[in-house]
Amino acid sequence: MKLPIYLDNHATTPLDPRVLEAMMPYLTTQFGNAASRNHSFGWAAEEAVEKARKQIADLIGASPKEIVFTSGATESDNLAIKGVAEMYAERGNHIITVATEHKAVLDTCKKLEKHGYRVTYLPVQPDGLIDLDMLRDAITDKTILISVMYANNEIGVLQPIAEIGKIAKEKGVLFHTDAVQAVGKVPVNVIRDNIDLMSISAHKIYGPKGVGALYVRRKNPRVQLTAQMDGGGHERGMRSGTLNVPGIVGLGKACEICQQEMPEEMARMARLRDRLKDKLLGSLDEVYINGSMERRLPNNLNVSFAFVEGESLLMGINDIAVSSGSACTSATLEPSYVLKALGKGDDLAHSSIRFGIGRFNTEEEIDYVGNRVVEVVNKLRELSPLWEMHKEGVDLSKVEWTAP
Amino acid sequence: MAYSNKVLDHYNNPRNVGSLDKNDPNVGTGMVGAPECGDVMKLQLKVNPVTGIIEDAKFKTFGCGSAIASSSLATEWVKGKTVEEAMAIKNTDIVNELSLPPVKIHCSVLAEDAIKAAIADYKKKQANGVGASRPVTEAVS
Repeated sequence: MKLPIYLDNHATTPLDPRVLEAMMPYLTTQFGNAASRNHSFGWAAEEAVEKARKQIADLIGASPKEIVFTSGATESDNLAIKGVAEMYAERGNHIITVATEHKAVLDTCKKLEKHGYRVTYLPVQPDGLIDLDMLRDAITDKTILISVMYANNEIGVLQPIAEIGKIAKEKGVLFHTDAVQAVGKVPVNVIRDNIDLMSISAHKIYGPKGVGALYVRRKNPRVQLTAQMDGGGHERGMRSGTLNVPGIVGLGKACEICQQEMPEEMARMARLRDRLKDKLLGSLDEVYINGSMERRLPNNLNVSFAFVEGESLLMGINDIAVSSGSACTSATLEPSYVLKALGKGDDLAHSSIRFGIGRFNTEEEIDYVGNRVVEVVNKLRELSPLWEMHKEGVDLSKVEWTAP
Repeated sequence: MAYSNKVLDHYNNPRNVGSLDKNDPNVGTGMVGAPECGDVMKLQLKVNPVTGIIEDAKFKTFGCGSAIASSSLATEWVKGKTVEEAMAIKNTDIVNELSLPPVKIHCSVLAEDAIKAAIADYKKKQANGVGASRPVTEAVS
């Protein structure tokens, strides 16, 4: 077992060796530009790109013609939301999304608000899921887009995507989903789920960083987008720019591997995740799971260890890579807005740790992590005045704190 | 973010963790911060009422590594000082000693506040006559 152990697979994932192998020729001898129509270098590149398109389309139940390549899911989110907003401006100016979306969606919506669009940010219930009735009620005749992420990157909860797609279809509103954390991890199907636009990222599924895709539906309805990158009309006019051929090949191969291995991998991830969860809940008191356990990615665990602050916990397990919702770990010194949206007090956000298990983690690593976390939580609770007060039976919610 | 060696040292080997008897008339207890902010420090000092010197200090902290280190350092520094000398400890001294980056300066401010809160509590107890300066000696026949 090698240290440090990587358990932050929602942040990024290592390259699967098979993906690297698939990419290598396109980083070395097959360096053609996929848009060079007149020689064999270009043809070879184009062939590789079209193969990747098919691999991605197959994973999500789409046609290859519906895959647009981008520089990553942030760009895909921008293209989907701004592209629809601009193209359908005559039809309406209202967008519905959710408070727990990734910043790539939220910040894009905020930008549109500055340009006169109205955005509804739906709250979530304590388990992290949206209320479908609230969604229905929020739709107006000016609504042009609903954007709800398939799986949340912090707490791993799976939104009721198929139901949302159905509502969107009934009301004639386009439905975009940021499926970055779900594609390749759980079965996603754009037909079954009535999805019109979907963002995909390579580096979350053991592919390279710097490449992603946007699924854009062509039938029932045919979705049109105003391009955000101009210059040459690549990708059916939706996204100009020379294609990142090696990256695209990597993304395609990553998708193919996910499709082949998904059933077995889902089971294995869940087993490792539950092993860790059982160890933590079994060895410690005052441990809280953030977000629904029933509707959740099999590889995610987000836990609050009451009375212990997240950054100090990370410092104690410095040979393990995870992340925390604590303010001290964020660049802006704000606690996780996702955990806040669950209605938990900030103190539990500060005490939270996110574990993202991945393809290459082993049972031995999980056991090591479980033991280390228990050890460090206990040590930090000895240092904690809040734990002391809790043990004395003090109701912390009634204390008057002296914070400025 | 890379931690300074001193911060790591205090985190791995914190000095003076624990509690003093808050009912002891010569113990001042300061509790600053709030759980919603992610920082709570409890700092206690035991003062020799005759000499005015801080004989013992203990701390407990809910917070990041820099917060733990700042409060651990604070207990180290106040021991052996008079109450007045302890009042003079500045957060900037803590920042310099631990090489705290700008984003962690507020941890040192909280540690300074904790010292002052503990001293204020001690002085309040003294003023209320809770702390007797020396036991009344009885005439021994």
